Amino acid sequence: MMLRLEGLSKTYKTGDTALGDVDLSVPKGQIVGLIGPSGAGKSTLIRCINRLVEPTKGKVMLGDVDLAALGKRELRRQRRRIGMIFQEYALVERLTVMENVLSGRLGYVSFWRSFLRRYPGADVQRAYRLLDRVGLIDHADKRADALSGGQRQRVGIARALAQDPELLLVDEPTASLDPKTSRQIMRLLTEICAERDLPAIVNIHDVPLAQQFVQRIVGLRAGRIVFDGSPDQLTQSVLTEIYGAEDWDAMRKDDEDQKSAETEQRARLEAIA
Amino acid sequence: MSEIDHYSQVWTHRTPKTRLMLWAFWAALVALFVWCWQVMTAGTIWAFVWDAPRQAADIGSRMFPPRLSYLPELMGPLWDTINIATLGTIGGVIMAVPVAFAAARNTSPSPAILRPVALFIIVASRSINSLIWALLLVAIIGPGLLAGIVAIALRSIGFVGKLLYEAIEETDRRQIEAIEATGASGAQTLSYGIVPQILPAFWGISVFRWDINIRESTILGLVGAGGIGLKLQASMNTLAWSQVTVILLLILGTVIVSEWVSAKVRQALI
Repeated sequence: MMLRLEGLSKTYKTGDTALGDVDLSVPKGQIVGLIGPSGAGKSTLIRCINRLVEPTKGKVMLGDVDLAALGKRELRRQRRRIGMIFQEYALVERLTVMENVLSGRLGYVSFWRSFLRRYPGADVQRAYRLLDRVGLIDHADKRADALSGGQRQRVGIARALAQDPELLLVDEPTASLDPKTSRQIMRLLTEICAERDLPAIVNIHDVPLAQQFVQRIVGLRAGRIVFDGSPDQLTQSVLTEIYGAEDWDAMRKDDEDQKSAETEQRARLEAIA
Repeated sequence: MSEIDHYSQVWTHRTPKTRLMLWAFWAALVALFVWCWQVMTAGTIWAFVWDAPRQAADIGSRMFPPRLSYLPELMGPLWDTINIATLGTIGGVIMAVPVAFAAARNTSPSPAILRPVALFIIVASRSINSLIWALLLVAIIGPGLLAGIVAIALRSIGFVGKLLYEAIEETDRRQIEAIEATGASGAQTLSYGIVPQILPAFWGISVFRWDINIRESTILGLVGAGGIGLKLQASMNTLAWSQVTVILLLILGTVIVSEWVSAKVRQALI
């Protein structure tokens, strides 16, 4: 098993439980689609793995390292093993495509090397190879904000792969893209994972898209896993269990959960130097 | 063809209470104006005021024509003034950067202690006019250019620090988060996640402050801190009004040029 979550829980300061006792194992090379209503804890689950959100309790085993137990410095070293791809690309808009891809190497190079943009030849070569792989080699010196949404997300993928990761965390990769580009991005992701035997957890709210591209689907509702199986096991009744019938009270609570998650997130970001 | 039903046809933007308060507010404002007017007229010596057009015409006639032969003598002090503004801005910006990072909520190394200190530095610097800074510094380090440069620098810390820390707080946190997620160190997160986002603001603020400092440094000479203000004071003291005209025109020209430069630079940054 590449990734094993044991009893992973997250309770926000407001007392809302975002994740309750999640157990999940992901073997090498498997792509897991994580579905569920907004506020179900999908994003929290992914962020607890690389500790952009601090889990309240439980274990996050990556190989044989428990990420949840690490100190700050060791956490930074372990984060290099986990590539992350974001909903709105989260590229550094004012840097070039090349700088964005090379930023995937930050965990491996010294501050001065990164500050002066003097990356080792092997890193530069890797970056060019990845840009070629995602079809953007001609755009290497363009600024990230000059690209279209689909192109930016491909830069995001190249940045994550530049880390030479052992696991990919993918947070709503297609939420800001049109249907056709969404399919292209999902295809690229699945191909890359197959090439490298990479496991990935993909948060996705588009159920048909998930069914088309992933091998395993995990359904999350109110912070708990309520479904774990293959895409064709996802029947109407299972979907009702995950998303609920139209239950407005639950939806209102979800909104509140989302809000408290955002508040905590902001507080955490304010704390970092 | 309006249908009559049980929905009301009456809707008002404000409640009666807010309307009443609004009226009270305007009435109070008018009362204040009338009162101020009375205070002002009581304290005015009207003889001087009736005399004003004649005095203005008198000074005007002495100011004209400007003594243009005075111009070459002003070039040295003008160069000094520009140097005071430029060096003062550079010094102020250098000191303001660490203050801004300490004051911004998302980058402050210690929100409990260092942040209030940084905010205090910013307020202290902003609350004292550069003319008063210069007055203090002339007393401390003696008259001359250095006093002017330090005065401009100290006044700039607050301005640059405040605008810069606001820019830091407005950075997009997702970009910062993405850099963190790669395993970057704190310094790397700063240089890749935050600095690219605030760089345009940084240059814009610095040039804007330089432009303001050109204007402020023209009067620093009045208190002995060097530059063209020194000449202005000397000319006024000797009632050489035709020279004052030349100096004022020169200051006007310099300010126009500096504003043009600052506008061009800021345009190029966006």
